[in-house]
Amino acid sequence: MSSSDKQLFDKVVFKRPESLVDVKTHFCPGCHHGIAHRIVADAIDHFGMREKTVGVACVGCSVFLYDYIDVDVVEAPHGRAPAVATGVKRALPDHFVFTYQGDGDLAAIGTSEIIHAANRGENLTVIFVNNTTYGMTGGQMAPTTMLGQKTSTSPYGREFSNDGYPIKMAELLAQLEGVAFSARVATSTPAQIRKAKEAVKTAFDMQIRRMGLSVVEFLSTCPTNWGMKPLDARNRVLGEMIDYFPLGIFKERKQADFV
Amino acid sequence: MSGVILGTAHREFVKGNEAICHGALAAGCRHYFGYPITPQNDIPEYMSAHMAGHGGVFLQAESEVATINMLLGAAAAGKRVMTSSSGPGISLMQEGISYMAGSELPALIVNIARSGPGLGGIAPSQGDYFQAVKGGGHGGCRIPVLAPHSVQEMYELTLLAFELADRYRTPVMILGDAIIGQMKEPYSPGLHEPPAPIDKPWATTGCVGRPRQHVKSLYLKDDDIERHNWRLHEKLQRVENAEVRAESYHLEDAKIVLVAFGTAARVCKTAIQWARKAGIAAGMIRPITLFPFPKALVHETAGRADLMLVVEMNTGQMVEDVMIATSHHDKIRFVGKPCAMPTPDDIFSEIKRLAGKTA
Repeated sequence: MSSSDKQLFDKVVFKRPESLVDVKTHFCPGCHHGIAHRIVADAIDHFGMREKTVGVACVGCSVFLYDYIDVDVVEAPHGRAPAVATGVKRALPDHFVFTYQGDGDLAAIGTSEIIHAANRGENLTVIFVNNTTYGMTGGQMAPTTMLGQKTSTSPYGREFSNDGYPIKMAELLAQLEGVAFSARVATSTPAQIRKAKEAVKTAFDMQIRRMGLSVVEFLSTCPTNWGMKPLDARNRVLGEMIDYFPLGIFKERKQADFV
Repeated sequence: MSGVILGTAHREFVKGNEAICHGALAAGCRHYFGYPITPQNDIPEYMSAHMAGHGGVFLQAESEVATINMLLGAAAAGKRVMTSSSGPGISLMQEGISYMAGSELPALIVNIARSGPGLGGIAPSQGDYFQAVKGGGHGGCRIPVLAPHSVQEMYELTLLAFELADRYRTPVMILGDAIIGQMKEPYSPGLHEPPAPIDKPWATTGCVGRPRQHVKSLYLKDDDIERHNWRLHEKLQRVENAEVRAESYHLEDAKIVLVAFGTAARVCKTAIQWARKAGIAAGMIRPITLFPFPKALVHETAGRADLMLVVEMNTGQMVEDVMIATSHHDKIRFVGKPCAMPTPDDIFSEIKRLAGKTA
């Protein structure tokens, strides 16, 4: 908000989070990464942690997170963000450390790293953006791709007999003792966005209270690779995706195992 | 390790692997990440027992892939960090080593090499030479490689590795093998001063009072990646110009000059002593830095020697760097013993055979 805006209004009720850099993003029209970025930046502001935060960017469209969120960021190899974040957090235990990973990154090549970081109860927060495809590489089949979904490497639609089933990471991670908080949210309606904000703040709070690993799975869109208009992509999340990937909190630890 | 008094020759009797741990702790390394593999398990076992007492972090990762990325994260946070492994584990780490070279992150990676390829065996080998000195990882990355040949050097080169890593912002590898790791002999920790801590203004430690900054290896805009490659190349050239280390052993009047590193060089020393007693003018160039390779010394020596005998515990890898270093290819001979330590007899016999031919 510029200073001239301030003169126009008596009271500020909504503004760009301070931790969100004031630039245009490279994301495609209708992509929900921008919304997730904003929610993360908002939570960083909420806890006043911008200068104590180290983000870990993954491989994929969201690697440019460091252009948009105004914190120090380390770039991880594909899928390895939870291991990199473990190294950062073990080196700087009083800092706030989060990863921001796509579904190819976290649910395929990085399953080992996320499962074991979770199982160790690393005090990290994982923002997991699931758009059922590999966006940056051109829309290939991901482990989260829906049955029947056509992608550039499942041109006849994903078939369970050949490719298995879409993997439900939020539910899977909730089973691990080291996980303090696991939730799935969407950002296709204002009400969903409000819930997503609350979930991310709870996840951040879990880390601050040293409760263990917290993860928030975002159901997101990829209009470009889905071959859909932005509104149709949003409607796909509201229909087909939420039917298979239910929203909600799958685990919320009330008390730390140890402090 | 306790009671080290600098400048004294106070001695300790330990395995090579343990001397590396002593060196790392002396150098201020307080973050060790690793995964079990023979024949280097003494290192994580020692660190698991002693790191906490030094206020440090020991973490056993779920794989070498995770290990190297934990190293990446802790190095990005500005810490002196290390890991250790052996061939199969080092292969898994190559992705992360390339990222760390690209992101210019200092770290020590110890390879206590075993036999290969594949699962190979746990016998000592120098078969990882190419992987270590030619880059190993993708995208043209190369990192300095140090080759200790004694327990004393396991300690000293660990200090040096941390110093070089910080000075050039690069991962550094120590390439040992099962013998040098498991061998026990006395060493003096007090002879060398550990490297001083260094300021790391580039580290991602939270943007207090400064703009945000990043540790990264992705460069997509315009010709950024080409510039980045040239910058890394220039850095490696500075390493090549300033950091070559080699031992010249009975080299002054040597007619038969052995070239060997690590355990093989240790055995060669005995063979050379026997040859000298037998009246053969044998000597040795022992590269201590495998990358950068002592090219000038090899070329200058090859000019005046009758023969250059390269001895390796593999089927011939460093011999290619000897051939690159000098144009005297007609003088180069090779004797190799993959997956085992050659005996002094093996090498002495070869020296005698060659001496007979040149006489």
